Amino acid sequence: MTDRRSDLFPILGVAVLALGVVGVARLMTPGPRHPADSAPGRTAKRLQFGGYQVTGRTVTIDAPRDRIHAMWRDPRQLALFMQDLVAIEGTPDRPIWVIDGGHGPFRIETRLVEDRASESLAWRSVEGADFQVEAKIRLRDAPAGRGTEVEAHVAYVPPYGLLGHWAAKLRGIDPKTRGRQELKRLKMLLETGEIATASNQRNT
Amino acid sequence: MRALTWHGKHDVRMDTVPDPQIVNPRDAIIEVTSTAICGSDLHLYDAVIPGLQGGDILGHEFMGRVVETGPKSTLKKGQRVVVPFTISCGSCFFCKATLFSACDNANPVETQEASELLYGHAVGGLFGYSHMTGGYPGGQAEYVRVPYSDVGPIVVPDGVPDEDVLFLSDILPTGWMAAENCDILPGDSVAVWGCGPVGLFAVQSALLMGAGRVIAIDHHPNRLALARGLGADVIDYTQTHVLEALMEMTGGMGPDAVIDAVGMESHGMAPDNLLDTAKQKVGIGADRAHALRMALMAVRKGGRVSIPGVYGGMADKFPLGALMEKGLQVRSGQTHVQRYGSRLLDMIMEGKIDTTFLISHRLSLEEAPRGYRNFADNQNEWTKVVLTP
Repeated sequence: MTDRRSDLFPILGVAVLALGVVGVARLMTPGPRHPADSAPGRTAKRLQFGGYQVTGRTVTIDAPRDRIHAMWRDPRQLALFMQDLVAIEGTPDRPIWVIDGGHGPFRIETRLVEDRASESLAWRSVEGADFQVEAKIRLRDAPAGRGTEVEAHVAYVPPYGLLGHWAAKLRGIDPKTRGRQELKRLKMLLETGEIATASNQRNT
Repeated sequence: MRALTWHGKHDVRMDTVPDPQIVNPRDAIIEVTSTAICGSDLHLYDAVIPGLQGGDILGHEFMGRVVETGPKSTLKKGQRVVVPFTISCGSCFFCKATLFSACDNANPVETQEASELLYGHAVGGLFGYSHMTGGYPGGQAEYVRVPYSDVGPIVVPDGVPDEDVLFLSDILPTGWMAAENCDILPGDSVAVWGCGPVGLFAVQSALLMGAGRVIAIDHHPNRLALARGLGADVIDYTQTHVLEALMEMTGGMGPDAVIDAVGMESHGMAPDNLLDTAKQKVGIGADRAHALRMALMAVRKGGRVSIPGVYGGMADKFPLGALMEKGLQVRSGQTHVQRYGSRLLDMIMEGKIDTTFLISHRLSLEEAPRGYRNFADNQNEWTKVVLTP
């Protein structure tokens, strides 16, 4: 019994060594190159793109593209589905978005940098704005007559960096959560004529 | 108004709360004339479905009279309606495909987040249920705000007693869809786990759809007697080895289709169920899936598995191998109530379906807490409780 055990140790030692060598060799060998896949960039696992957080969401809305485009161009309509929007000031080409940030409103001065009928819209914060952001809406026909795929794409520099980003995320006021909720409200408004609420009291 | 409210595990009370108002244009306000306690209310009572908040008004099986309408409601004051427990907009992709319980728009955006995280997609809206499904105030109350009242409510002619049609709100279409999901061919054998209201209606529906033999499984003598009364053969799992019996009763093949009308609070002393119970007690989102495991083992190769029973979390020790190797088909889901309303109402009016046999107790709304307690603790005798405000 004792002899057999003493036989086992060298065998085990060699096996462990062999595994170690194979493991290290694996780590040293470069894996296959991964060419870009078909997924949108914002779904990539990397966290930042040159200091910008990139996020977005696509929602299919059963409405024609031009109608959805018109909703985004009309401040009165925007206020219906952008719950945190306090006001839009400035001009249509240079709108200032007044957003409720949880601790009072903040202002983002932007330029309309793209406006293609029934296709796309984009705004970019002007230089020196408090909040660096670019927001883009793309509209394309959904397959099988399902209406329009509305894609919102937001790139921004989170205030207070990654810490600020996670703090906002935990409170549900990060651009990703807000954007998702805004698109869903827009969908409700266009598909049902109203925005769903579980409240059974008008004033709450 | 008076309403039954949830305050925690095994703690429901009658409270005075503000009357509901018309909030959205398609709303209507219903004065409740009859409401029932559902088996899935017991999942809330037992606090195994997540996302309830203190003070929530429960109840999703209700009917009543229209007392107020929003400018875009198609209902008229005074009409009698049964209200589906699923809240559905009628115009999204899912509603158009008659997948009403999967409605994309009825769950408010703020409450869509939890189910998107837990299930991968936001689920629809339900009355008197979890905040994952909207947290809509329910129907065990004097009045209810009914959203999308132009889509959901089933108008009932005067002169038909409430009890004849009340169950169109949930359990009758749920039992019907459970049987429909079995794709029953003439002569098929169907095994049904659970002889609660949904199981019993599934038995009735399967026989109406041409099943040759329906075998119902439970342990409450009174519930088994009700199943037998509908024309089912029965197995008492406390007396009989269920899997062996099902094989012997189906010529050694196994049932062509199986229905799990039990859901996440399965009974029984089986080892898997004891482990599930322990995990459920410490609140880690474990479902007690014993009935479903048995159903997957029992069903014949290539058979159909229908799951109307409610699940909310995770299951392990799951016979995935049986599912794949036997080539089973699984169908499930909250009921697409609006799909079935008018057809089932016609069948009730023609006398093809009777639902009143189920009702064991009639209480006033004020006695609802007592109804919950007994429906949970004495399932043999308390098969269905109807409450009247």
